Amino acid sequence: MADLKIRNLKKVFDDVEIIKGIDLDVRDREFVVFVGPSGCGKSTLLRLIAGLEEVSSGQIELDGRDITDVSPAKRDLAMVFQTYALYPHMSVRRNMSFALELAKADKNEVARKVSEAARILELEPLLDRKPRQLSGGQRQRVAIGRAIVRNPKVFLFDEPLSNLDAALRVQMRLELARLHKELNATMIYVTHDQVEAMTLADKVVVLNGGRIEQVGSPMELYHSPANLFVAGFLGTPKMGFLRGRIASVGAQGCEVELDAGCRLSLPLQAAGLTSGSDVTLGIRPEHLHRSSDERCHLKVKTDVGERLGSDTYCHVRTRSGESLTMRVRGDFTPRYGQELDLTLESDHCHLFDSQGQAIGQPLQQQVA
Amino acid sequence: MNSTTLATPSTATSDARPVHGRRRRSPGWFLISPSVTLLLIWMLVPLAMTVYFSVIRYNLLYPGERGFVGLENFHYFLTDAGFIPGMTNTLILVGGVLLISVVLGVLISALLEAAEFPGRGLVRVMLISPFFIMPTVSALIWKNLIFHPVSGVLAALWKFFGAQPVDWLAQHPMASIVIIVAWQWLPFAILILMTAMQSLDQEQKEAARLDGAGPLAIFWHLTLPHLARPIAVVVMIEMIFLLSVFAEIFTTTSGGPGYASTNLAYLIYTQALLQFDVGMASAGGLIAVVIANIAAILLVRMLGKNLTEKH
Ligand SMILES: Nc1ncnc2c1ncn2[C@@H]1O[C@H](COP(=O)(O)OP(=O)(O)O)[C@@H](O)[C@H]1O
Ligand SMILES: [Mg+2]
Repeated sequence: MADLKIRNLKKVFDDVEIIKGIDLDVRDREFVVFVGPSGCGKSTLLRLIAGLEEVSSGQIELDGRDITDVSPAKRDLAMVFQTYALYPHMSVRRNMSFALELAKADKNEVARKVSEAARILELEPLLDRKPRQLSGGQRQRVAIGRAIVRNPKVFLFDEPLSNLDAALRVQMRLELARLHKELNATMIYVTHDQVEAMTLADKVVVLNGGRIEQVGSPMELYHSPANLFVAGFLGTPKMGFLRGRIASVGAQGCEVELDAGCRLSLPLQAAGLTSGSDVTLGIRPEHLHRSSDERCHLKVKTDVGERLGSDTYCHVRTRSGESLTMRVRGDFTPRYGQELDLTLESDHCHLFDSQGQAIGQPLQQQVA
Repeated sequence: MNSTTLATPSTATSDARPVHGRRRRSPGWFLISPSVTLLLIWMLVPLAMTVYFSVIRYNLLYPGERGFVGLENFHYFLTDAGFIPGMTNTLILVGGVLLISVVLGVLISALLEAAEFPGRGLVRVMLISPFFIMPTVSALIWKNLIFHPVSGVLAALWKFFGAQPVDWLAQHPMASIVIIVAWQWLPFAILILMTAMQSLDQEQKEAARLDGAGPLAIFWHLTLPHLARPIAVVVMIEMIFLLSVFAEIFTTTSGGPGYASTNLAYLIYTQALLQFDVGMASAGGLIAVVIANIAAILLVRMLGKNLTEKH
């Protein structure tokens, strides 16, 4: 069992509040990913959970036990660091057995656990090597092995893949997903890479400036972002944003007048909004199409195209100067400055009020 | 020349080959020759003269006699009453100072690294400062202000507790000199080790904390292995200087009482300048060179692995 509860957690460094009140539940066997831009406090939050930083106020509870002031070693957590932090003069075997040795565990038991972890991670041939004789991916696996042998309630990962090259990162990502299933483990994983967040997580926690922006499954966050930040942060290429205002509000939805020069009716309940209030419309690249026979035409000029083979991402600029990205077929070659007519899939438009909160969709419930 | 240029045909065009080859050789030799010559003169001439003096009878009190005596000088030096004490004292001095400066150096720099207190920067500077005091000056300070049986600080302390003051330099000459020299070399060890300690990866320490290691376990399992290489550097550099300690002995005990604080360097000095026996002093000098090399080779063997091993 591993149920982690975080209540109103705050952390102040030198009079600057870095973590500004976090409430979060991590359930047993969940893979939770903290994602957010650099410097938003992801590592700090993880280190607070691990006990490497002192909590300024708030509470951390693991399986009903208050661990806010418990020493790091006694929290039943294991952490994998970005730089791996292997002990350089110890063999792989000793790196993995170090914690058990310190805990004065039985020798046979230690050997059994180490060889079990080595088997899972395919480290058996490397057990007598020193960390410097290993490649980046192998070091990463040793760092994970060091966590596994301790059989912790929760695994903590701080950007574990960011020191690996692109190919290895994809491979290790798959291995981590496999490991999560194989060990039935509860994992908390910090990354700034939204692809890792989307592919690995059961639950994504989007952090920004020391606060949680939204919590939810990857698909929930992708399809119904709670605010402009989450909408812009998740998804590559980014969601495009168009300024506009509400033209009319009806029972079936609302009409939006875009600055880019078109009027669009959206099947959204715009509660609390009146005609004339400023809104931002968000549209993902895959929901923009080239067309001319529908009602709303967005007249745009192409900027540049990024051709990936299967698809082409076509960057365009509206008459009001806003830039959008559109996904088109791979064989479409946009010319620079070419005029295009676009239609927006009105079912997939997101609407945000002037505070940046999503309108017309049930907001994701922040776990409280 | 032909064969060498043919061996690397791709590096030069065909018509430039002979010029290229000639150019590559002669100016190189020509250009480094001044420094090589200077270095050879600098090193070989004194060595050759020392070797020459060591095999002739050469005493300044008997100017006429300069005959070849073979290894007689070596025999006399090795069987001199001062040789065995000189050897022993040299080893005691080197070993004692190394032990003190490494052990205390590690402890002090570890404490400095661990503790946060106001004025830490000042304490660091003060810990380093003895290194910049001239050996003669520091020896005089220790002799007159600390060890002196009448006016020394230690004597005052002893008297305060009602004990008979100790004449340190007379009763424990070697220990006193070890302390003086260690006082001078400890800062060097601290300087090197403190710098090295700062380069220990913080995440390793944090990983160890998560693994359940307390401060002592972290010191033993992480800090000490991390310091192996800097400690080796400290030992080697200090040894080079400690084998030839002279000023501290000269200013405090003059090698006495008897031979009780005479090391090899001081013994050679007494042979050459008190007994005016240049031949025997030269023999002693050569023996000291051999001993220094043996010690150096042993140490390099012992510690060299640490130095070349990469983390
Ligand atoms: N020990 C510390 N002392 C002071 N400020 C810190 C400390 N650790 C982190 N910070 C600050 O906290 C903020 C968040 O850092 P961090 O959690 O590492 O961000 P990230 O989300 O990139 O992991 C940064 O602005 C950083 O400067
Ligand atoms: Mg970070």
